[in-house]
Amino acid sequence: MMETGNDPRVWTRFTPAERIGRSIVYIVSAIAIVWSLQTVEIIPEFLYDAPEQTADLFARMWPFDLKFWPVVWSTLVETFHIATLGTILAILLALPLSFLAARNFTANPILRWIAQFIFVSSRSVNSLIWALLFVAIFGPGALAGVFSIAVRSIGFVGKLFGEALEEAHQGPIEALTATGAPRAAILLKGYWPQAEPAFWSVALLRWDINIRESAVLGLVGAGGIGVALDAALNNLYWDQVGLMLATIFAVVVVTEIVTSFVRSRII
Amino acid sequence: MSASTLARAAFPPDWTKRFVWIGLAIYTVYAISTLDIDGARIARGMANAARLFDRMFPPNLQPDKLELIKDGMIESIQIAILATFVGVLLSLPMGLAAARNLAPPWVSWTARAIIAVLRSFHPVIVAILFVKAVGFGALAGILALIVSTMGFVSKLFAEVVEEISAKQVEAVRATGASFFAVLIFGVFPQVMARFVGLTVYQFDSNLRNSTMVGIVGGGGIGAPLFTAYQRFDYDVVLTILLIIIGLIMIAEFVSARIRRIFQ
Amino acid sequence: MTRSALQTHATASVLGIRHLRKEYRAGVPVLKDINLDIGAEGLTAIIGPSGTGKSTLIRCINRLVDPTSGEIWFEGQDIAKVQGSGLRHIRRRIGMVFQEYNLVERLSVMENILSGRLGYIPVWRAFLRKFPDADITRAFELLDAVGLGADFATRRADKLSGGQRQRVGIARAIMQDPGLVLADEPTSSLDPKTSVEIMELMAEMSARRGIPIVVNIHNVELAKRFAHRVIGMTGGMVVYDGPPDGLGAHHLAEIYGGEDWQ
Repeated sequence: MMETGNDPRVWTRFTPAERIGRSIVYIVSAIAIVWSLQTVEIIPEFLYDAPEQTADLFARMWPFDLKFWPVVWSTLVETFHIATLGTILAILLALPLSFLAARNFTANPILRWIAQFIFVSSRSVNSLIWALLFVAIFGPGALAGVFSIAVRSIGFVGKLFGEALEEAHQGPIEALTATGAPRAAILLKGYWPQAEPAFWSVALLRWDINIRESAVLGLVGAGGIGVALDAALNNLYWDQVGLMLATIFAVVVVTEIVTSFVRSRII
Repeated sequence: MSASTLARAAFPPDWTKRFVWIGLAIYTVYAISTLDIDGARIARGMANAARLFDRMFPPNLQPDKLELIKDGMIESIQIAILATFVGVLLSLPMGLAAARNLAPPWVSWTARAIIAVLRSFHPVIVAILFVKAVGFGALAGILALIVSTMGFVSKLFAEVVEEISAKQVEAVRATGASFFAVLIFGVFPQVMARFVGLTVYQFDSNLRNSTMVGIVGGGGIGAPLFTAYQRFDYDVVLTILLIIIGLIMIAEFVSARIRRIFQ
Repeated sequence: MTRSALQTHATASVLGIRHLRKEYRAGVPVLKDINLDIGAEGLTAIIGPSGTGKSTLIRCINRLVDPTSGEIWFEGQDIAKVQGSGLRHIRRRIGMVFQEYNLVERLSVMENILSGRLGYIPVWRAFLRKFPDADITRAFELLDAVGLGADFATRRADKLSGGQRQRVGIARAIMQDPGLVLADEPTSSLDPKTSVEIMELMAEMSARRGIPIVVNIHNVELAKRFAHRVIGMTGGMVVYDGPPDGLGAHHLAEIYGGEDWQ
C-alpha cells in the first residue's frame, strides 16, 4: 500500500499530559500503599489465633438469648425514633442552608461559603464523634442521639439538595419573576416543584443510612439499641449480642425494601 | 370557602400527600414526647454546652499533645489507604460477578447476597467483631473498613456495569475476542472512569470512618480522641476535630482532581 | 445433499447457507428455510422491510444470534453449532459493521481499530495495549485507506461525527483480516450524502481487497447502485435473488407489500 514516508508511525494510548497525570496518581498511590503496609502494626500471634477466635465468637452467640427480646424491642423502637427524628431535624436545618448554598439562588459568595463550610464540617465528623459531644451536653440518652444524627446529616442533605436546586431550570423561575411574584412565591412555585423529587429521594436515602448509624450511637451512650449492645459486649453476653446483630440485620433489610418501594412509588 | 366549592376546582386536593404530611406531623409530636424533654433538662443542657465550649477554646496545641495526635492521624490515614486498596481490589471481581448483564444468574445472585450481608452492618459493629477476632489495633480497623468498602463499591460498581451499552460489547465480541478481551476492550473503557470515581469517594468515606473505629479498639485517631473525651480534655478534642475537618477538606479537593484526570 | 457435494460447493462460494431457520419464540419463525450462497467477491445487498429478518440473518452468520436449525458453511465447516474457541476463530474471520457504529465510545480511534485484532492476540497484550508492530502499521494504513488519516488516531470515538465513526467501524472490520464482512444497515443512521460515501468506501474495499461484503440495507437506490447482486427478503423468506438490473417494480411490490410504498 501507499507509504506516506519511511518513518515508522508510532501510536501511544495517551497524550503526554494525560500520561503524566495518570502516572503521578499511580506512583503516589503505590508509595502510599507501601508506606502504610510498612508501618501498620500487625501482631502475628493474634492473626494465627483469628480463625479459632471467630469460631468461638459464633459458638457463643448461638443459641440466641430470647428472654432478652423485650429489651431488644424497646431499644429498637428508640433507635427508630432517633433515626427518624434526627432525619427530620436535619432536613429542617439543612433546607434553608441549601438555598444559601445554591449558586442560582444566593448571589453573595460569603453566604454561600458559610453554608458550604457548615456542610463540610458536618460531613467530616463522624456521627459517633458528634454523639460524644452531644452526650457531654445533654447527658446520656436518645436526645443526644437525635442531635448527633441531625448534625451529621445536615451536610449530606444540604449538599445534595443544594445541587438539585442548582440544576433547576431557569425558565419557569424567570417567568415567575417576570410576573412580579415575590421571592417567597418564586421559591414555592418555581424552585420547589422542580426540586421536590430530589428532596424526597435525598431524605429517604439519608433515613436509610441513619437507621444503620443510630444502631451504634449507644456505644457512646447516645441511646438506642447500641446501649444494650454495649452492655452485652462488656458483660460478654454473646448470646444477647447475637440476638441484637440478627435483629439489626433484619431491620436493615426491611428498611432497604421499604425505601426502595417508596422511592419507586414517588419518583 | 363556598365560592371555591361552587367553582370548578382548579387544584384537586392531593389526599395521599396530605395524609403523609399529617401522619408525619403526628409521629413527630409523639416521638418527641418519648424523649423526656423538659425545661430543666434544656437549661442543664445549655449550661453544659457553655461549659463544654468554654473548655474547648482555645484548642490545645501543646507539642506533646500534637505528637500524640500526629501518630494517631497517621495511623488513621494508613488504615484508610490500605482498606481502600484491598477493598477496591476485591470489589472489582465482586461487582462484575454481581452484574446481571455479564454473569449467569446463579453467580450474580450469590454475589448480590454476599454484598447485602457486607452492607448491612455499620463499620463500628464490624470493627467490634474484628477486634475480638484479631485483637486490638489497626488490623481490626482495616478489616472492618475493607468490609464496608466492598459493600459499597461492589454494589455501585455492579450498577454501573449494568448500565453499559450492550452494542459496544457486542461489537467487540463480534471480532472474535475472548471473554477477558471483551472485558478489557468492551466493558472496562465504559466503566473505568466511574470506578475511579467510586474509589476516591470511598477513600474519603474510609478516611472519615477510620477516625471512628479507634473508639472500639480498631486503631487510629479514635482512641486518643476517646481518651481525651473521657478525661474532659475538651481542648484536645477540639484540636483533633479541627485536624479531621481540615484533612477531609484536603482529601475531597484531591479526589475531585483525580476524578478529572480519569474523566 | 452429500457432504462432498457441499464441500465442492463451499470452495466455489465463501458462505453457504442451507435450510436456515430461526425462531425467537417457539413456533414463530423469523427466518424460514433460507438457502443462499455468497461468492468470493463483490458486494451483495439484502433488501426488505423492517422486521423481515434481515438483521437476524446477518447475526446468525457470525452467531451473535444462534440459529434454531440449518447449516452455515464457512471456510470448510458448518459453523451453525460451533462453540467456545471454535466460535471465536470463526468470528475473527468475519468482520461486522453496525448500524449505530458500535464503537467503544471512550476508547481512541486507534484502540477501536486495533480491537479488530483481539481474536488474534493473547489477553495480556490486550491488557497492556501492547499490539504487535505489524498490527499498528496496518491500522495506520487502514486509517488512511478509509479516508481519516493519522491525525485521528488518538481522538476519542465519542468526539467523531457519524460518518467518521462508520469509517472507523469499517476499518475495524477490515483489521480482522476477514474472509467475509457483514454490514447491518450501515447507512441508516447517516445523512444521504454520507450514506453514499460510506457505500462507495465499502464497495471500494470489497473490490480492492477481494473481500466479499454482505450488506443489509433499507435504501433500494443505494443497493442497486453499489451491489452486484441483490437479495430481496420478505416475511423471513428470499423472494428475489439476482442482479440489480433485474429488480423490477413488481419485485419491489412483492418485497415491500403493495404499491403504495412508492
